[in-house]
Amino acid sequence: MDMKATKKKLGMKERYRVLTRDLGWEPGYQSKEAIFPYVRYEGIKVHDWDKWEDPFRLTMDAYWKYQAEKERKFYAIIDAHAQNNGHLNLTDARYLSALKIFLQAISPGEYAAHKGFARIGREFPGVGTQVACQMQAIDEIRHAQTQIHAMSNYNRYYDGFHAFADARDRIWYTSVARSFFDDAMSAGPFEFMIAIGFSFEYVLTNLLFVPFMSGAAYNGDMATVTFGFSAQSDEARHMTLGLECIKFMLEQDPDNLPIVQGWIDKWFWRGFRVLGLVSTMMDYMLPKRVMSWREAWEIYGVENGGALFRDLARYGIRPPKGWDDAEQAIDHMSHQFMLGLYQWSFGTAFHSWIPSDDDMAWLSAKYPDTFDRHYRPRWAHIKKLKAAGTPFKNYGLARLCQCCQLPCVFTEPGDPTLTCHRETVYKGEKYQFCSDGCKDIFEHEPEKYIQAWLPMPALFSELGGDVAAWMDWVNLRDGADNGDYDGSRDQKHFDEWRGLATSNL
Amino acid sequence: MQIDLRTVSIQPQRNAFDHLVRRFGDKPASRYQEGSYDIQAAENLHYRPTWDPDQQLYDAGITRIAMRDWYALKDPRQFYYSTYTLTRARQQDTTEANFAFVESRGLADRLAPELREAVLRLLVPLRHAAWGANQNNTFVCGYGFGTAFTQPCMYHAMDNLGIAQYLSRLGMMLGDVEALDAGKAAWLDGPAWQPLRRYVEDCMVVRDPFELFVAQNAALDGLLYPLVYARIVDDELSARGASAVAMLTQFMAEWFDETRKWVDAVLKTAAAESDHNREVLQGWMAHWSDRAAAALVPVVELVLGVDADEAVAVQIAAFKARIHKTGISF
Repeated sequence: MDMKATKKKLGMKERYRVLTRDLGWEPGYQSKEAIFPYVRYEGIKVHDWDKWEDPFRLTMDAYWKYQAEKERKFYAIIDAHAQNNGHLNLTDARYLSALKIFLQAISPGEYAAHKGFARIGREFPGVGTQVACQMQAIDEIRHAQTQIHAMSNYNRYYDGFHAFADARDRIWYTSVARSFFDDAMSAGPFEFMIAIGFSFEYVLTNLLFVPFMSGAAYNGDMATVTFGFSAQSDEARHMTLGLECIKFMLEQDPDNLPIVQGWIDKWFWRGFRVLGLVSTMMDYMLPKRVMSWREAWEIYGVENGGALFRDLARYGIRPPKGWDDAEQAIDHMSHQFMLGLYQWSFGTAFHSWIPSDDDMAWLSAKYPDTFDRHYRPRWAHIKKLKAAGTPFKNYGLARLCQCCQLPCVFTEPGDPTLTCHRETVYKGEKYQFCSDGCKDIFEHEPEKYIQAWLPMPALFSELGGDVAAWMDWVNLRDGADNGDYDGSRDQKHFDEWRGLATSNL
Repeated sequence: MQIDLRTVSIQPQRNAFDHLVRRFGDKPASRYQEGSYDIQAAENLHYRPTWDPDQQLYDAGITRIAMRDWYALKDPRQFYYSTYTLTRARQQDTTEANFAFVESRGLADRLAPELREAVLRLLVPLRHAAWGANQNNTFVCGYGFGTAFTQPCMYHAMDNLGIAQYLSRLGMMLGDVEALDAGKAAWLDGPAWQPLRRYVEDCMVVRDPFELFVAQNAALDGLLYPLVYARIVDDELSARGASAVAMLTQFMAEWFDETRKWVDAVLKTAAAESDHNREVLQGWMAHWSDRAAAALVPVVELVLGVDADEAVAVQIAAFKARIHKTGISF
């Protein structure tokens, strides 16, 4: 018998089915309920896991091959970057503040996503879904590691990077990102998927990654550009997974719609608040700017997001509830954040600064309706105080939002002269919020959010309000990691080293 | 002659991240150290899991094993994502070449029918066991504590999936999709496979990550891989004329030799930590390896027939000797 002649040639889809989905089986010795205990309590109904469409058909042999190629390139470039003092090609060391925030707040989020996807890669009962989630789990640890490795060389020369692991758990502003990822991981598998796989990866990741990586490229940071490019094809897979998963939930049962809509409302707002830090980076922290936050929002928020929600409308999904409030905040948030960061810069492991005259001219041009009217006068005042030798420092502690954990520095939708502040009483305790969006999220799940670890109250309860002791505890080196960039060690070193590299003095 | 190129020399301000200096001293850190130590959130976790409010988000207390420092469970291969992927990509090149070699020379078609049957009967249902291993290692990664311990479990899980896929390709090469269907039917209903399937399913409800690590990676795979790939494929079947099959399973044999060093290192460190740990590990090891051995006898019989008991007995002795070196006697 000629075996070759009888062998069937399988199509791509069928071959992938055989190599993945067909590996699973209906358990007979243990119940499905015992093997997958967390898949029902959120109320999402799935009738047929086989209806899941594989978003990409990657088998392990191909995965190893493609990823290894990318790894080889990535490490070759960052090795060369380190060896050739690539950091001296930066436009200015001010730029590093953006990287410091990234390493302290976002890279730990990549790790959390790794753990979370490993968990749901086991907890979802469908093989196709599991494999896709597992691949994202291993990708996410890749991203955490490539980011740490890319920034490791900056740590050897600049302040503010050295204590990222301590900052992740203890410093006040990282709890914004930490609470976001902790919130997702403490949710059930379906909500986790909406939070990270859909809202973060699909709706918001472009707002984080594209401006960030373009900002790196514009400012001569080859190390960051390289991890950005290297992660891009992974991100494309993750976005496809997020979208597939939401469609799957919506197609499985009409009862899923209100649950999914609630999660989209919640996670859009949570994500929007976390990404607020990106607005400041784009408008203030890049010495050479790519585009304004407003411009990025138009492209990646309004256009892309708009198209996405038009596409999902056929399932009955409407745009997230906080969308209009977000739109109103766009022209204000970067300024409000940077003013906040500057006044509390004694407590940040990165530098902030007063924008130069050129910077302010750019901000006026990009924010014609808001900057000159509301924010330039404040910067002018702060500049005057600095010139008089009495720089503006706010040693009072910020009131943090119980939900997003940002200081309540935002203004009312519709009235940029009035600080937005909401509160609610739950079981006799009063809780504070920065916005209606955050208050709504709390009121939907108060038992969850009353558990939040809030760094400011902790400073009082654990350290008696002693700021020096707090700095030791968060491993912040006063006079090096924190404060104004103007006059900092980073500034002095960068100028000195760049002088060595570019002149004969 | 060595020529030193002159570059601008500037003085680094520090050698490594603080958490690595605290662990390893004030010197440059390796990429394994940077990518593995203390990168899991450790303090001030915000919310309890809604899926199990008795647990913390990262909870060392969900296993009976207790470690003062979970990062002591380091991987002797020092795998982080990059070194892991590069290693597997190289092995994948070899495996691909082996598959191509067997295919291009029609070696699979030349197997005697009864030999081909034996190979399919034994190896194809194991793709489901490998999928079970993937589930279990994904679990250990997801719920285990500390990156040093959990990161290799993710790599292991993906390896398990890769092995399940290699076995599927082998099955298709030797017997088309029908062979996979027959293999699945045997896994679901064939009497020889039921003890093993029960073992795998029972593992899927173990929610102590370290116990699951022992049950899957030490007890089951510690017996299964040497029995199937060394004793049966490399020795028995090759001697009977199926050395082509050994080419197709070369990855599994080499993978087992590599990964057992990691498994042993984890066991050894955990056992050396305390008498309590050693006792717990001894109990688990005795329980799960007894069950694994019993589950494997009918599988081994599929090829070795009456010699199965002896083959399993020999392997149990070898396995015990291996595990004794980690400080665990059972």
